[in-house]
Amino acid sequence: MTASSDRTVSLRRAAITVVIAAGLYEAFARSGAFPPALLPTLPTIARRLFDMIADGSMLHHVLYTLYRMLFGFGLAIVFALPLGILMGRYRPVERFVLPLASALMPIPSLAWVPVFILWFGLGNTVSVLIVFYAAMFPLLLNAWSGVRSINQIWLRAAGAMGADERALFWKVIIPGTSPFIITGLRQAFLRAWIAVVGAEMLAASDWGLGWVIYDAKEFLNTDVMMASLAVIGCIGFMFERVVFGSLERATVLRWGMMRMAKS
Amino acid sequence: MSHIEIRDVSLVYDTPAGRVTGLQNARFDIAQSEFLCIVGPSGCGKSTLLNIIAGFLPPSGGEIRIGGKAVSGHGMDRGIVFQDFAQLFPWRTALGNVVFGLEMKGMPKPEREEIALQQLRLVKLEKFVRAYPHHLSGGMQQRVAIARALAYNPAVLLMDEPFAALDALTRDDMQRLLADVWRETRKTVIYVTHNVAEAVYLADRVVVMTPHPGTVKTEIAIKLPRPRDPLSVEFLDYQKELLRHLGEQANAAEQAA
Repeated sequence: MTASSDRTVSLRRAAITVVIAAGLYEAFARSGAFPPALLPTLPTIARRLFDMIADGSMLHHVLYTLYRMLFGFGLAIVFALPLGILMGRYRPVERFVLPLASALMPIPSLAWVPVFILWFGLGNTVSVLIVFYAAMFPLLLNAWSGVRSINQIWLRAAGAMGADERALFWKVIIPGTSPFIITGLRQAFLRAWIAVVGAEMLAASDWGLGWVIYDAKEFLNTDVMMASLAVIGCIGFMFERVVFGSLERATVLRWGMMRMAKS
Repeated sequence: MSHIEIRDVSLVYDTPAGRVTGLQNARFDIAQSEFLCIVGPSGCGKSTLLNIIAGFLPPSGGEIRIGGKAVSGHGMDRGIVFQDFAQLFPWRTALGNVVFGLEMKGMPKPEREEIALQQLRLVKLEKFVRAYPHHLSGGMQQRVAIARALAYNPAVLLMDEPFAALDALTRDDMQRLLADVWRETRKTVIYVTHNVAEAVYLADRVVVMTPHPGTVKTEIAIKLPRPRDPLSVEFLDYQKELLRHLGEQANAAEQAA
């Protein structure tokens, strides 16, 4: 079967799932189990979503959230990937960082929000730092595992061809650990996306998808809440499938370092 | 003058079961442009010796001199081909793999790609320049590995059972190809194998090693014209002679046990 027909089939299957789920929701919303104000029907949500897109407010919320998320995520990549690689390569770094990481990792990122608010006040800084915290550990752990499981023969071959430590880092270790790094990026993104919405609920003011949901609660605007939730889900889905999917196809799948699952 | 001198090289290492002598006083010379095979059963220390010559392992005693200079660590005077197909970088094309050593030397891109193309032509892979290793067969991957080891023009080529994981027909092809490559490049080659026929086909001289502890037992010069005919009487005589040396060892080991 060709790749394009594979993709059509998987798209059709996904569409069927979505239609069935939407039907169930709609039936439940119309059943009267909850008052319509608490459980709006799909057309109401769609109309509200359309209005929010039309007046530009939704775009604004999305951009704020993306800015905080990408900023924190980017910081986490710059900080945690090299650190994870150093941990995998040098015992002293591993010995120093690992206990610290093990102790900090189980703390939910959102538990830091009140502390960060006291330190930095309400605003972007808190959300960015929360995202950074949430995204850091999956990157760190995956890079660390990746370096330790790298095929030793690549390092030997590269060393024999005159690669110094710097060339080894960029030209062997980074590409050689790419399956792990991509897995780390995926997990980190997921955690970051969850964290940014949560942090915005507690620490943002005026803009952001998390903030708009929390704010809508005050006025019982369930349609706004549901519309925003839908947008959060869609963006997350897009990143997972489009961004990380393409990254995987352009790298580890192309290089044969990972394979597609059997159909 | 000898190109490479192996001088009483030993390797002793500690295991949970105690000290093991992996290699004891290995001593022989290799001439410039000579094709030398090291033959022996597994555990005789032949790969260990090659790893010491490559500079991956420091010897416990003795020294290796190349061109009169003692070597320590790896260097670009030696190119290495391993048995494992996974030695190629999967994230680089055939060409990308072959240019690696030249890239490390800092050679500009057009030049290094030109040289890499020549090397890939030498191993008859000019049609697969842009292919990634996972799209190549095992034999092709080993040819890329040979081209890669030759590309930065080392004086010595070290090969650790490079064709041992190939099927018999492909192995025959690869041996012919390697003989051609050697004739054209005139590198000094040290080739480790446990395959006696392979050694007789390729080598100017065969060093026979025996295990427990790994020692050099004897050296046999193969004085056959090239290209060699593996079905000729003389070829089979050399094979028998090598097998006899290896067999004596096996018998001795049985009697000792």
